[in-house]
Amino acid sequence: MMPEGPLLSAIGIAKRFGSLPVLHGIDFSVQQGEMVFIIGPSGSGKSTFLRCCNRLEEPDSGAMIFDGVDILGKGVEINTVRQRIGMVFQAFNLYPHLSVLGNVTLALRKVARKSKTEAERIGRAALESVGLSDKVDAMPGTLSGGQQQRVAIARALALDPKLVLFDEPTSALDPELVGSVLAVMRDLKQRGMTMVVVSHEMRFAREAADRVVFMEGGRIVEQGPPAQLFEAPREPRTREFLSRMMA
Amino acid sequence: MSGFERFVDTFFKAELIAATLPNIVSGMGMTLLIAGLVVLTGIFLGLLLAALRSYRITPITVAIVIFADILRAMPPLVLVLIVYFGLPNVGLTLSGFAVLWLVLSLVLAAFAEEIFWAGIISIRKGQWEAARATGLTYTATLIWVILPQAVRLTIPPLTNRTIAITKNTALGTVIGVPEILNQATTAVSFSGNATPLMMGAIAYLVIFIPVVMLGRAVESRFSWKRA
Ligand SMILES: Nc1ncnc2c1ncn2[C@@H]1O[C@H](COP(=O)(O)OP(=O)(O)O)[C@@H](O)[C@H]1O
Ligand SMILES: [Mg+2]
Repeated sequence: MMPEGPLLSAIGIAKRFGSLPVLHGIDFSVQQGEMVFIIGPSGSGKSTFLRCCNRLEEPDSGAMIFDGVDILGKGVEINTVRQRIGMVFQAFNLYPHLSVLGNVTLALRKVARKSKTEAERIGRAALESVGLSDKVDAMPGTLSGGQQQRVAIARALALDPKLVLFDEPTSALDPELVGSVLAVMRDLKQRGMTMVVVSHEMRFAREAADRVVFMEGGRIVEQGPPAQLFEAPREPRTREFLSRMMA
Repeated sequence: MSGFERFVDTFFKAELIAATLPNIVSGMGMTLLIAGLVVLTGIFLGLLLAALRSYRITPITVAIVIFADILRAMPPLVLVLIVYFGLPNVGLTLSGFAVLWLVLSLVLAAFAEEIFWAGIISIRKGQWEAARATGLTYTATLIWVILPQAVRLTIPPLTNRTIAITKNTALGTVIGVPEILNQATTAVSFSGNATPLMMGAIAYLVIFIPVVMLGRAVESRFSWKRA
């Protein structure tokens, strides 16, 4: 039997945009069922790192071991891997020309090659799990931001991923709508989903995260359980960032 | 003869209307046929070229841009004449019908390509990323996510451009294609009276005013609330 390793391990991930180095060799791993928050100042490379995890950005060097396979390796069928890694974006990025159900079933039809009925059955179940059973036939443009983001989460969940990446999922939402999205994430955690979340919802992180990672300048400065990182950060830069955030 | 009578006699002469009507109607059939074919092949080809261009493979992009620029810059009449009178010199003889269809299709394809391309690049990057992140290939993303949105955005400019180019079916008259204008000018040369031309003008309105109205209807039908 294989030993239980992390679900995802980034090893020495480096990335530059032209002459601008953005990631300086990130080492990072996530255990099965873990919810990890990544925090840090704007421009510190959080999104870029998250996007390296499913190769929306191509790292310049390093390895990204997902489920035992280096997905940066030659011959890896990245589109197969991406069905196992969901992603949720700050701007929702729903398809405006498709209904809610159409958004959720597109990849099931075109990638997973499910029949229309099977895809719709799975799609409806995914929408039910985010509390949007009554919106299956709505067009995305008619929904509130919170509902749109929950559709986006359902779109990721419909493919039955092992890992979901969230890039500032609540940053574009009106404050009163944030709670509905966080509730869905909390529920996902209870169901054992593995999640990497870039977010500055500090209160939610403290309550729900298993681990918080502080990034700055393309490096991981410090990481630990939320209680430790928030109450007793070891690094002065972490302290400084947190005091600015809490101010 | 009063001025009014002379006007009526020049443009709306009753006997001539009766005599020329069958020719004008048959010209309308020909105009509609060519216009329909040009719209189908031109828009399909334009969409195909814009889709190809989105792969950003340099030699393909360069070829498409050169094609589109030349065909958009050249007056269609010049192209019609070059192809009709030039190709036989290299041993390829095409009927006037085929030349008109080919040239106008290529011209429409050139404009349509540019319009579709503008539509494709106006779709936010997040749409590509969301689709790719679910495992859709580049081509599947283009087909199922990007083009449906790009095509909707391009319907108003494309409708206007398509109408402008299909009106060029009148160029068929210089290479003997029996479309509306050809029928009308032939009748004029026999009668020495402008009535057939007026009938031709009305025939164009009968065809193109509904098209313009349809374009407007399609435009409002295809706008949707943006997410
Ligand atoms: N596609 C890109 N091209 C060039 N520079 C980029 C690109 N994406 C991000 N960057 C730069 O990389 C740095 C890190 O960006 P990002 O990962 O978005 O940071 P964060 O998510 O932590 O705010 C920033 O300086 C940003 O301007
Ligand atoms: Mg970011």
